[in-house]
Amino acid sequence: MEAYTDKTPGKQAAAGAAEQSGLSRFWRKMKSQKVLYFMAIPFVLWVFVFSYLPLWGWTMAFQDFKPGRTFMEQDWVGFKHFVDLFTDERFYLVMRNTLAMSFMGLIVGFTVPILFAVLLSELRGKYFKRTVQTVSYLPHFVSWVVVAGIVTKMLSTEGGAVNDLLLGLNLIDQPIQFLAKGEWFWSIVTASDLWKELGWNAIIYLAAISGIDPELYEASRVDGANRLKQMWHITLPGIRTTISVLLIMSIGHLISIGFEKQFLLGNNLVMDYSEVLDLYALNYGLNLGRFSFGTAIGIFNSVVSILLLFAANGVLKKVTKESIM
Amino acid sequence: MARATAGGFNATRGEKTFDVINIIIMLILLVITLYPFLNVLAISLNNSQDTVRGGITILPREFTFENYRVIFAYEGLLQGLQVSVLRTVVGTVLGLASASMLAFTLSRVDFQARRFVSVFLALTMYFSGGLIPVYLLMRDLHLIGTFWVYVLPGMVGAFNVFIIRSFIDGLPYALQESAKLDGANDFTIYWRIILPLCKPALATIALFLAVGQWNSWFDTYLYNGSNETWTTLQYELMKVLQSTQQGGANMRGSNEDLSKLMNQVSPESIKMAITIVVTVPILVVYPFLQRYFVGGMTLGAVKA
Repeated sequence: MEAYTDKTPGKQAAAGAAEQSGLSRFWRKMKSQKVLYFMAIPFVLWVFVFSYLPLWGWTMAFQDFKPGRTFMEQDWVGFKHFVDLFTDERFYLVMRNTLAMSFMGLIVGFTVPILFAVLLSELRGKYFKRTVQTVSYLPHFVSWVVVAGIVTKMLSTEGGAVNDLLLGLNLIDQPIQFLAKGEWFWSIVTASDLWKELGWNAIIYLAAISGIDPELYEASRVDGANRLKQMWHITLPGIRTTISVLLIMSIGHLISIGFEKQFLLGNNLVMDYSEVLDLYALNYGLNLGRFSFGTAIGIFNSVVSILLLFAANGVLKKVTKESIM
Repeated sequence: MARATAGGFNATRGEKTFDVINIIIMLILLVITLYPFLNVLAISLNNSQDTVRGGITILPREFTFENYRVIFAYEGLLQGLQVSVLRTVVGTVLGLASASMLAFTLSRVDFQARRFVSVFLALTMYFSGGLIPVYLLMRDLHLIGTFWVYVLPGMVGAFNVFIIRSFIDGLPYALQESAKLDGANDFTIYWRIILPLCKPALATIALFLAVGQWNSWFDTYLYNGSNETWTTLQYELMKVLQSTQQGGANMRGSNEDLSKLMNQVSPESIKMAITIVVTVPILVVYPFLQRYFVGGMTLGAVKA
């Protein structure tokens, strides 16, 4: 590679100041790579504007931000908005909802795809397996708007499949208004998420399973291990690294669970169960024009996410010697 | 799976039971995944008065295209369809161009700024400015109320760049070196040699970008909520779905045409027909790209 990065002859000529020659070498190399720089710099600036510049907006959380004033004209109020946030009763309700749905999502959304991948890899029929796999990806590609519509239809009291099924099995004698009852909301969100992402989240595990040495299975069969024992002693340990890495990443995203599902499936009747952190920032920050308060919510969200990511990484590093950082 | 089909041993009764139970579990999963789509399709093709009687499962009882005829007479939907197609095409092309170009520079070990650009980009996967700072930035850049707010902010995606880079890393470097000796500059190498070889990775990323653009609704709600020119199909569907739901408090630009539309046939039939219109393009495309995105996802996971 050095071959075409620095072709200038006599580069040792300037024996005087090492610093200067280092610098001039830097410029020379830069000039020789000007095309690469031209290809990278516009996008670096792009990322700076759209990803880094909004961080400057975090200063708003420490001001009483009024649109139209310049930065210097804003009133600085210190931690006032954070105090407001932590003394708002609604905030604790919102945190409860966020944590409840993220933990349910983590437990179900993390374990079931592993189980699905293991079972799928045990299927013998090649075509059946491929069909199941292709179909299982399908819901991942449709939008949450569509999924929310489908879920609403399936749970409806007028001809919804779930109520029809429960009535048919005589498990209930009145259709349940699932989406109008707050106590159902968390389960509905968790189940919808599982329905949408099950197949997709299994992709990486399936790839990891197919990388396990088949001879391990042969050997264990000779030793008399049955299929369940093989799954437990060979397949699961074989994908342990993958599981750890994905677990750390999902814990990092624990409280930034988004709000699409809650926004689209929720309604005024279940608001006390559906409002999550991001939705709270939208409803009480942006839609009411309380920019500073909304930004404080966003900062809280980011800081907690990063702390969770580091904590999860630290714990797993100790326990399993795996790390993503 | 060589081991699953390997002959030469007799399946025990326990093994057979396991296989049967496994197949049953998978069949149940197939039904749970497919039934809702088939149900929606059946209702969308069924006479709306008849649908109210209930009992439609996976086949229409009184077949009709009336519901589709009604929704395609609605201007908002046609406008949304055009904008959705436009943003999908423009967003995918811009996203592919930027991700592949950046990935190429990052794959060059000799590139001076490689480490800086790499870290600078990777960090964006772990933080976000948040809803309000981003909203105000869009306002300051005068992107609100325009088409560009759909395609410009998310144009450079770190995840996409890293997937393509992993792919380029797997190509033989000698190709680039020989082109270099022939006097090709770096852009020519990218355009003539790297891009054609990257097709599998590009197909994966194109699928991700296109699906992301097609499925996006919140940016329309936030930035173009009352701007009919730049409405999108997903946003129109969202408005229809939310309009008859209890509360319906999430509505911004409510639409008179919409309620007229709903009264023409039943709201449910309208919802189901629009759902199908929104979903079908994706159903047609994704199975063909399956082998690419499975590979792409795996590549991303290994490198992430």
